[in-house]
Amino acid sequence: MSRTLIIAEHDGKNLNPSTAKCASCATALDQAFDIIVMGTSVSDVASQAAAIDGADTVYCVDAEQLANPLATNHAAEVVAMADSYSHILGPSTTYGRDLMPRIAALLGVNQVSDISAVEGPYHFKRPIYAGNAIVDVHAPESAKLVATVRVASWKAADDSGNAPVESRSASATVSPNTRYIKLESGGGERPDLQTAARVIAGGRALASKENFNLIYELADLIGAGAGASRAAVDADYCPNDMQVGQTGKIISPDLYMAFGISGAIQHITGIKDAGTIVAVNKDADAPIFEVADIGLVADLFTVIPELKQLLA
Amino acid sequence: MKILVGIKRVVDYNVRIRVKSDGSGVDTDGVKMSINPFDEIALEEALRIREAGLAEEVIVVSMGGNECQQQLRTGLAMGADRAIQVNTGDKLQPLTIARAFLKLVEKEQPGLVLLGKQAIDDDNSQTAQMLAALWDRPQATFASGMSLSGDTATVVREVDAGLETIEVDLPAVVSVDLRLNEPRFVKLPDIMKAKRKPLDVIGMDELGVTAENDLQISHYTPPPARGKGIMVEDAAQLVAELKNRGLV
Repeated sequence: MSRTLIIAEHDGKNLNPSTAKCASCATALDQAFDIIVMGTSVSDVASQAAAIDGADTVYCVDAEQLANPLATNHAAEVVAMADSYSHILGPSTTYGRDLMPRIAALLGVNQVSDISAVEGPYHFKRPIYAGNAIVDVHAPESAKLVATVRVASWKAADDSGNAPVESRSASATVSPNTRYIKLESGGGERPDLQTAARVIAGGRALASKENFNLIYELADLIGAGAGASRAAVDADYCPNDMQVGQTGKIISPDLYMAFGISGAIQHITGIKDAGTIVAVNKDADAPIFEVADIGLVADLFTVIPELKQLLA
Repeated sequence: MKILVGIKRVVDYNVRIRVKSDGSGVDTDGVKMSINPFDEIALEEALRIREAGLAEEVIVVSMGGNECQQQLRTGLAMGADRAIQVNTGDKLQPLTIARAFLKLVEKEQPGLVLLGKQAIDDDNSQTAQMLAALWDRPQATFASGMSLSGDTATVVREVDAGLETIEVDLPAVVSVDLRLNEPRFVKLPDIMKAKRKPLDVIGMDELGVTAENDLQISHYTPPPARGKGIMVEDAAQLVAELKNRGLV
């Protein structure tokens, strides 16, 4: 029984690209895989999942208690299906990191976090120490494998597939002791950081919430996502969902442009997989220049308006 | 109500990590060790809850050899009432830690368990969720805000899409994120006082927990280095370079 189950991530309308990245990881395992979509009125999402290349069957579990991404209820549902699978994969996003360890513990197994490469069905590579070391992980072949897939390390699988969608009724009991209240979204309509091809990010040097508009304007001009260092988020210049780094988002855009970000190790961790890193900073000794492909020692308040003119 | 707080001894977050040349691990000889920063935030939150009169006792727990007593003493100096060391020479994985924690939970009957959202060495981010699962209680991970009212906790979670608010019935496990609070500094008299606070040592074997299905970790390597970059003189050169590479 070598078979993988992928937990789909979505916002109720759209499938998150992390799901197609998990599919690439499952394909690297050289195994057939199914996808489970949990939520309410998620038939559209299930159709999107069915288009992922290589998927055998998409199971659509539509139930009121699965409406919101509460790990207690979602984990119980996955565990109810686990018997048919040797591997269960979810994304390394906050949804997956909340959910997958709960599934692993209910199944009595350790979890592999952040698979960055597959060497065999039970042999993986993953980063630790904020990406400062890469290790080989061998999981026991006698046990179920539960893992999160490091989304920044994988390309999304193609979407030319046409898997059958099968509806299933929820079988797990509902936990009444966790209640979803609300989600406040910080970002506007800009591309999602974890999937954007380009990202423009600002740091503490922006010095105020108003000045962060420079970052947004430049981002909008080239259709980029907007990111930030922890220092900028801590100072309340921008919302938390913009934080890039070890404890924020790990991203892998083709182009990453950092303005006024010094480049703490924890931030570098989040951008190491970017195609091209551009750093603009007044301080020529800023550590960000050690990883930058293109560096410019200059004041961002001069450079950004010039860039806006040149790129308009 | 009692609050149980887990603290892990890790390489200090300011230390630049070096992989040993034989690939057997990371060099920790003579390296500064500290409480995992997220765990310190968890402890600070527990202390604030107690100071607000909503809890009577804060217990810090660490699992490892006697060296982790150093971090437990720091936790006591911050203000925890007592400490428990689960003594073991083994390198523990999250499932084993969660199982051992469950034994302590059964003994101490806390109303709340506070843990860091991840340790900055293994970056696993698993223990809180696993404990909640084994205990069959709610979990609220990545907390950047929380308030208690009667038998429920309202927790604001930092998620990829923004800030999510959930409500959980106590007892529950909460894992904390960076922006929940700023931990206090320890003062010298508190360090002296901490020496007299109780620190119990329990063997992992006494808890009846043994590791199962462990992952084997090997072949530590440094990450691949990025190629050397170039410097440009001004915005115009930068744009020309980006256009050259087909990036804009």
